[in-house]
Amino acid sequence: MVEEGLRNELSRQNIFLTSIQELYNWGRRNSLWPLNFGLACCAIEMIAASMARFDIARFGAEVFRPSPRQADLMIVAGTVTKKMAPMVVRLYNQMPEPKYVIAMGACAISGGPFKRGYNVLKGIDRYIPVDVYIPGCPPRPEALLHGLITLQRKIAGERLTGPERPRHLRELEPSEYPIPAYGPYDLDPPKNTELWHPKPFVRDA
Amino acid sequence: MRDPEKSSELEETAPPGLPSFQEIRRILEERVEGLRLEFIPNPAAPDQSSFCVPTEFALETARILRDDPRFALDFCSNVTGVDWLDQTVEETILHRETTDEGERTIKEIVRRRRPGFLEAVYHLYSMRARRGPLVIRQRTANRIDRVRVASLTPIWRSAEFQEREVYDLFGVRFEGHPDLRRILMWDEFKDYPMRKDYVEPDDYEYEPTPQGEAAAKARRHYPYGGAR
Repeated sequence: MVEEGLRNELSRQNIFLTSIQELYNWGRRNSLWPLNFGLACCAIEMIAASMARFDIARFGAEVFRPSPRQADLMIVAGTVTKKMAPMVVRLYNQMPEPKYVIAMGACAISGGPFKRGYNVLKGIDRYIPVDVYIPGCPPRPEALLHGLITLQRKIAGERLTGPERPRHLRELEPSEYPIPAYGPYDLDPPKNTELWHPKPFVRDA
Repeated sequence: MRDPEKSSELEETAPPGLPSFQEIRRILEERVEGLRLEFIPNPAAPDQSSFCVPTEFALETARILRDDPRFALDFCSNVTGVDWLDQTVEETILHRETTDEGERTIKEIVRRRRPGFLEAVYHLYSMRARRGPLVIRQRTANRIDRVRVASLTPIWRSAEFQEREVYDLFGVRFEGHPDLRRILMWDEFKDYPMRKDYVEPDDYEYEPTPQGEAAAKARRHYPYGGAR
């Protein structure tokens, strides 16, 4: 590996050095193609982020794809109802690897204001792995852009080999997750216990 | 609590642009043979008293409300449900008594147990004559197995999806509905979530600032319950 300082010095002399890993991550992080779907009001902010004023194209993520086969970023924008949850998981399963998920807004993170509702999923991370959470109700377009940049930083830091390599490069990690079935009272199962491990919640006295 | 004096007073009032409730009752009971409308006063702020229409006459009554030019209620803006649990109601009954000293009125308060039922409420407007709403209700016999009322979708097409919603969330069966399926919950769902005795699934562990029931639920999942 070339040192950061030496590489900067060389680039000033018009000599560009890189590694496969950096080039690979650089290419991927600057052309994230989001899946074109929205669930609730957060989707309106997502649409606003893609328009001229906020212009998500500045970060290379303007190519909203209408098919999961062509997308590598899922922005879960809005309330996931239990009726909709199996479809969201199925769309995730149909995306090719490497794929990333942004949970946008309070509802996609935890159910948000509908947390005590009977037909709202209490966070999409119960069924699919989430890379970046964007709080807000709804988050402003700037927040979505910040979330996108955060995801780009995360991708830039991914290592192609070694034990710290990301999920899609581990053979044993699943690429698809079980789609919940409609049960008589709740989704079946209500959460993917292999995937979802909430941190113990202890508040100081 | 229903005050009989107040009730008859309210029956003299009229929904916006329409004849008084007394007049509406007279017209409808004259045209539909055997119909007995129950007047349900609403002395509260919304001031929307209504009629409870017996299920077997509902379709015919609705057709008159739509087609008779005195009403011309061509638009059903809202259909919703109400779940009434078993409850004890107090009724004031007035007795006139003639004694030696003259006539006097005795008020008697009667408590009786009213078995629960489900209700479908319709808000009717006239787009043509720009008036309304007139509120009509249908009641089921009970909350368990006799939960049928007449569908008014044949009269007002706009009631179709809303009656499906009432069926989905309250479990009211609409007789004569063209396509009575669940609309918000999935087809395999068994319960009726808007009923007052509905028990929601235990599907979350804590919320940031739990209170009351949510705090009790959080304590079942976590030693400190998130409330300490």
